[in-house]
Amino acid sequence: MADNKYAAYLCAGCGLGDAFDLGQTEKIALKEGKMHVVRRHDFLCSAAGVQTIRDDIEREGVTHVLVAACSRRAKTEAFRFPAVAMARANLREGVLWVVAEGSAHDEVRQEMADDYVRMGCAELKKMKLPAGNPDAATNRRILVVGGGMSGLTAAIEAADTGYDVVVVERQGALGGWAQRIWKRTPFRAPYAEPQDTGIVDLVDRVTAHPRIRVHLDATVAETAGAPGRFKVKIARESGGVTEEEVGAIVQATGFSTYDPAKLPALGGGAPHVVDQAGLEALAGAAAGGAIRRADGKAVASVVFVQCAGQRDDTGTHLPYCSGHCCATSIKQAMYFKDANPDVDTVVLYTDLRIPGMGEDFYRSAQRKGVTFTKGTVSRVESAGDACRVTFRDLILDEEAVVDADLVVLATGQVPNSGVDIDLPDDDATKAQQVSILNLNYRQGKDLPHLRHGFSDSHFICFPYETRRTGIYAAGPVRRPMDMAQATEDATGAALKAIQALENAALARAAHPRAGDLSYPIVRLEGCTQCKRCTVECPFGAIDEDERRFPVFNESRCRRCGTCMGACPVRVISFENYSVDTVGSQIKAVDMPDEFSEKPRILLLACENDAYPALDMAGMARTGYSAFVRAIPVRCLGSVNTIWITDALNAGYDGVMMMGCRKGDDYQCHFVKGSELAHYRMGKIDDTLKQLGLETERVVTHEVAITDGARVARLIDDYVAQINEIGMSPMKGFG
Amino acid sequence: MTKPIATGQTILVVGGGISGMTAALEAAECGRQVVLVEREPALGGRTGRLYRYFPKMCHPTCGLEINLRRLKGNPNVQVLTMAEVVGIEGRRGDYRARIRIRPRYVNERCTACGDCARAVDAEVPNAHNYGLDRVRGVYLPHPMAYPQRYVIDPSLVGSADAGKAKAACRYDAIDLDMREETIELHIGAVVWATGWKPYDATLIHPYGYGRFPNVVTSVEFERLADPAGPTAGRLLRPSDGREAKDIAFIQCAGSRDENHLRHCSRICCMASLKQTRYVREAWGDDAKSTIYYIDLRVIDRFEDFYQSVRKDPAVRFVKSKPARIAQDAATGNPVIHGVDTEGYHRYAATHDLVVLAIGMEPEANGLALPDDVVRDSSGFIEGSADGGQIGAGSSASPLDVNRSVQSATAAALRAIKVIHQTAAAES
Repeated sequence: MADNKYAAYLCAGCGLGDAFDLGQTEKIALKEGKMHVVRRHDFLCSAAGVQTIRDDIEREGVTHVLVAACSRRAKTEAFRFPAVAMARANLREGVLWVVAEGSAHDEVRQEMADDYVRMGCAELKKMKLPAGNPDAATNRRILVVGGGMSGLTAAIEAADTGYDVVVVERQGALGGWAQRIWKRTPFRAPYAEPQDTGIVDLVDRVTAHPRIRVHLDATVAETAGAPGRFKVKIARESGGVTEEEVGAIVQATGFSTYDPAKLPALGGGAPHVVDQAGLEALAGAAAGGAIRRADGKAVASVVFVQCAGQRDDTGTHLPYCSGHCCATSIKQAMYFKDANPDVDTVVLYTDLRIPGMGEDFYRSAQRKGVTFTKGTVSRVESAGDACRVTFRDLILDEEAVVDADLVVLATGQVPNSGVDIDLPDDDATKAQQVSILNLNYRQGKDLPHLRHGFSDSHFICFPYETRRTGIYAAGPVRRPMDMAQATEDATGAALKAIQALENAALARAAHPRAGDLSYPIVRLEGCTQCKRCTVECPFGAIDEDERRFPVFNESRCRRCGTCMGACPVRVISFENYSVDTVGSQIKAVDMPDEFSEKPRILLLACENDAYPALDMAGMARTGYSAFVRAIPVRCLGSVNTIWITDALNAGYDGVMMMGCRKGDDYQCHFVKGSELAHYRMGKIDDTLKQLGLETERVVTHEVAITDGARVARLIDDYVAQINEIGMSPMKGFG
Repeated sequence: MTKPIATGQTILVVGGGISGMTAALEAAECGRQVVLVEREPALGGRTGRLYRYFPKMCHPTCGLEINLRRLKGNPNVQVLTMAEVVGIEGRRGDYRARIRIRPRYVNERCTACGDCARAVDAEVPNAHNYGLDRVRGVYLPHPMAYPQRYVIDPSLVGSADAGKAKAACRYDAIDLDMREETIELHIGAVVWATGWKPYDATLIHPYGYGRFPNVVTSVEFERLADPAGPTAGRLLRPSDGREAKDIAFIQCAGSRDENHLRHCSRICCMASLKQTRYVREAWGDDAKSTIYYIDLRVIDRFEDFYQSVRKDPAVRFVKSKPARIAQDAATGNPVIHGVDTEGYHRYAATHDLVVLAIGMEPEANGLALPDDVVRDSSGFIEGSADGGQIGAGSSASPLDVNRSVQSATAAALRAIKVIHQTAAAES
């Protein structure tokens, strides 16, 4: 491109000018880096320094800028030039602050700095300023699947914020569980009495809202497309299909109650034993009067059995706690006490779990005379006209028995989360699961499950980050929760849906690379239809056409580059991040000969955790070897094995990779990137053997952001190991 | 300083911890304008001082890095640090906020090279480590501090050290003439994300915090476990620097108690379970942890984590609210006295160190908030009745990080709704 103008700016501040012969570095940038403009400034991040760059962009037509100064994580406000492609050479945190002081190290320190400038120039030459996908889709409506408290909350919040909403509800009426319960647990001070659910009002507001369209007795028959351009087929129970176009989706499909019939020892299915939902029905029928059993007898004594079929470590029932049931039993005990203080109400629990202001609700129940007994129930059986509950009293440390007219089993929530797409297709359980979203995505019909069937996000800091962009789970489908939490959760999910469609409309990436305009570009004529990209994409962004070529759905893409790392024929790239932008950096390094005693180690470091850890090693002046050359990558999953073979062919003595923790408690921001990298590198041994190289020449580490001191040690240990193995025999052949 | 640009379409977020950053970023990533105000010199709040999160045992700074990158790349958020909201007047959609900004004595020319800090001798308590150690009086609050800019402790101003710092700076970044200033901004909605503070443990007299050096709080214990903390991550006890291998965790320290905090602070059970892992990892088979509890409130999916700790033979559970702690004069060991309510046995148990699982008190307790902002009996912020001011995260309820982020995301939508409805009414 004739119009491109490349410029490098070298900062002499923060001691860089004293430590390095920047005159030499300037020449390298000009001659080897082929920069059109090279300037040095004593204080580049100052207003004057920044103005120099800005003037060159505006007056000299500079299109590509290399800032050779501090880390890409520092001085980001000063070095913000959105109109040009930019690279950073990290001479401060990456060289000056890590290579030991003293003239003995002058030579290797200078070589390291010169190499980072060479690499920056090479990267810049291969970069383009991302223009954004021209086919950005702009549908701004939101689909909410599920018309219960969560779904209706998401719908009304989005509609009140100016977005059109389509609600799909399986049942013939809106309201979900909330309309089947008598009162709700209080969610506002003074946290003393059960409160009206407010569902009637909410249903009325949704029904009357000009921006909300409701489909009752309806399910989602197919979801196609991507954020900004979903096409959803809505099937009515009576037959017939309506198609709606939406930009984002909130899945608020709620929960089912755990079947008490699975708990025969606790009297599940027996007369005068109900679950909490059953008790709500009785309370609703009583409407504030005396609560009667199915046989019409007014209940004079009731026992609540907490954790029925929950917190089960035998693998038979639910392993988790459903969170709301302690407060729900307290509320239900109040139903009895409020109607008649003489009703004997006993809650049998092991840990009473009512966090936060629930404590006041608990106090209120104690004032009303509800009895709380710490005990584990072993048996519930019929005893004449009553039930007999046998339990171990954990305070008195003895077996005990209590009789009651009615027993309430606090069973748990089971999420309505559709098909567990990670199960193999021939799995019997999977065959019985009914899809919620019926996504036509190559990777499966529903949101991936996390644990115990919930569609939760694995991220503590980013609870809405599901693995399907633009589709957000809300309410008890993603985590057991009570109504107050579900309301909060649904409001947050509505925001994420709005954000997803707004980003899609501007061709911007969603979290965690929010705002990124680059997107994967595929050169289909080189594609061999191997399907690795479509299988490995952690976000299910890539489908296949009838000829089995990949079809990229840009607005589903999170820009991690896992597809680029997977592609064996290297036809996938981003405008500012590609096999070439990294490959050219690897090749740009000046390679000393095998007699120099200067090994070269390539370090590919995840930009999210490992690279900041390297920076912090620098900031703490924790030195590490000057023989390493670090390149930040978007995710270890984006590492293409060609980089490794190129590096080895070019004479590097070793290659290190540092990424986030993988496995059950993965910390990879792109879910599977780190795991995939480890898997791919597990196969690189064959390549090494073909090249006649030791397998130790390629190593992969899991690194956390706090590992500043450790990354330095890992590097130094590795350099020592390479020195023992000896220099690469490949030098000079590259 | 440059006064931020704000209009009735701007959202003010008060507090730059994880809730405030989340609310600000989620709104900004919907295209909205935000001013984020933080009292301390750097963003990060309480979570920035935690070593690891339950239940993944991952590092809070990992999420902080992502949030900071989102922030650096998003011009929709303007950040004010060392700033406090001192008054808000007006109504939903049309507020005037007065913001007081304390002097940092370091301007935006700072490159964070650190020359100034090396030039001074004076030391001040290290706020990032809850004062467990000291730092130089010119400091970067922590390695990931944003803005990445040094701060001069006010106690140095006027001293020879301040002059030395100024002389050492090659970039004219130190301005000892900076003065406190108050600015006024026009804004449309307010998100209160002022977070929480650990309850003052000295008020729980029978536990001896403040009198017995080997009684610490759970937040201090996080710093002891952190390799970036005052002991470089070694679990050493404050009295004599001896290795603390037998550690007691006392739950509900200040919480669920009408004499102190009437609410349950929610996070403490999981926090202590997590901290037993630190002990286990530090000392292996020599580790001994004892949790004194009333109820173990590890709700929903955290049960998995609880069960895994239950299986650890190095962890013992005692259902008891301890009556008092004494100190063995010879060894400095804390001795816990109480009754095990499962079977009613009295005990007097000696440990190397006691960690009080300290309760969460709203940080805004004791601060004046606008009259129309409603708080509950514990001081948690419910917001204003007209919806223009919204509580988020642990300022609104005792919440863990995950739920705080949910709450803050919801708050962002509520704020956007106010802005949208105001604009719609005006057009």
